[in-house]
Amino acid sequence: MNPEQAGGPDREQDGRPIGRRVFLGTLGLGALGVVAAPGLQRGLEGFLGGVADRDPTGLTGLLPNGGGFRYYSVAASVPHRTAADYRLTIDGLVDRPRGYSLAELRALPQTRLVRDVQCVTGWRVPGTPFEGVRLSHLLDAAGVRPTAKALRFTCFDGTYTESLTLDQARRPDVLVALRMQDKDIGHDHGGPVRLYVAPMYFYKSAKWLSGITVTDRVRPGYWENLGYDVDAWVGRSNGRTDDPTS
Amino acid sequence: MTLRAEIPAPPSARVPRFSRAERWVHRATAALMGVCVLTAAVLYIPQLAVLVGRRELVVRIHQYAGLALPVPVLLGLASRAFRADLGFLNRFGPHDRVWLRAALRRDRRRESRPAGKFNAGQKIYAAWIAGATLVMLGTGLMMWFTHLTPLMWRTSATFVHDWLALTIGVVLAGHIGMALGDPEARRGLRTGAVSEDWANREHPLWRP
Repeated sequence: MNPEQAGGPDREQDGRPIGRRVFLGTLGLGALGVVAAPGLQRGLEGFLGGVADRDPTGLTGLLPNGGGFRYYSVAASVPHRTAADYRLTIDGLVDRPRGYSLAELRALPQTRLVRDVQCVTGWRVPGTPFEGVRLSHLLDAAGVRPTAKALRFTCFDGTYTESLTLDQARRPDVLVALRMQDKDIGHDHGGPVRLYVAPMYFYKSAKWLSGITVTDRVRPGYWENLGYDVDAWVGRSNGRTDDPTS
Repeated sequence: MTLRAEIPAPPSARVPRFSRAERWVHRATAALMGVCVLTAAVLYIPQLAVLVGRRELVVRIHQYAGLALPVPVLLGLASRAFRADLGFLNRFGPHDRVWLRAALRRDRRRESRPAGKFNAGQKIYAAWIAGATLVMLGTGLMMWFTHLTPLMWRTSATFVHDWLALTIGVVLAGHIGMALGDPEARRGLRTGAVSEDWANREHPLWRP
């Protein structure tokens, strides 16, 4: 290249352009990875799921799709609520608005469901038990007015919101959950009370649930205002093809 | 006479290695990469996510740092010295094959590690990290602007982005670890010059 150096002791400018090939090869592999991802992902999930079951260190949980839940919070910090100060209010288009303490929720008939949990970002936790009060039970007790069409959920993190249509909310696999994995729901998992919408992506299962307002139309929730689907059926929304969870 | 042996090499024996522009390209790229890695860790590692929260803000910072990551290198193309070094990084001579063989055999003897301005490992690292950064940028944009590509691609892009992020983390740790083990190499990027001794030892074929 450089005439002054050609033939001299310094042959650094000559040689083969391997650097460019490595660069383009990396780009090509990346593109190939995107194309081959669905197959690769299925294989890896099967493999890592098996490894994670026998992994005492828990390190596999840090690998992509390595199994287990991930903590997502949109708020800076989330206050802790206990049986002493937790309250769930139901209001809006109902005949009998009211609040429930944790003890009152525990005294209602409990339903236990065991389904897979599917996050819209890809991770899936198989066979996770949730236990709580059917949302339809609370709605019937409150007396939903004929003009009502939807529900808006608010959370005591002060930020997160979610929504369901009335028909979705009345499904038997939608719970106001008090227990998860056969333990009382801890703070990091949205305790003491969270929503559990079994057939939908997990962002619908709002953590730290503190309010249910019956509304005359769907008001999109937090992530839905940021582009996620409002009707978040697993496998039939958000451009994903996961196996249905419920 | 024992005194003489303890006197460090005179400052005149320093060899210019990186221009001011090149040092700033490296600094800016390192800072942006650092932001990407830290925010990625917060988004990814549950314990850190619990600590920080504010998911949307962290995502936002991660996105803009990622978008800006190639900018210092692109600006650097205006520098003649930077372009010349890209040429050095691109071209592999017979001595690079010798270096790579020795590296694979874990042969650390000087004579089996011939190198020009950059050794073969540095050349491969530079080419790979440049490609990997662009793959991260591409898959990142697919996840960010989900409506620009077919929706199904988002899952695939997430998959590649996650695994490549992990790979980059490991490789980057190696890059930083090697720099930590070589103060004179770091001095080269900090001040722009290295000692002649070091240059002769680590890069015998380099003719500054």
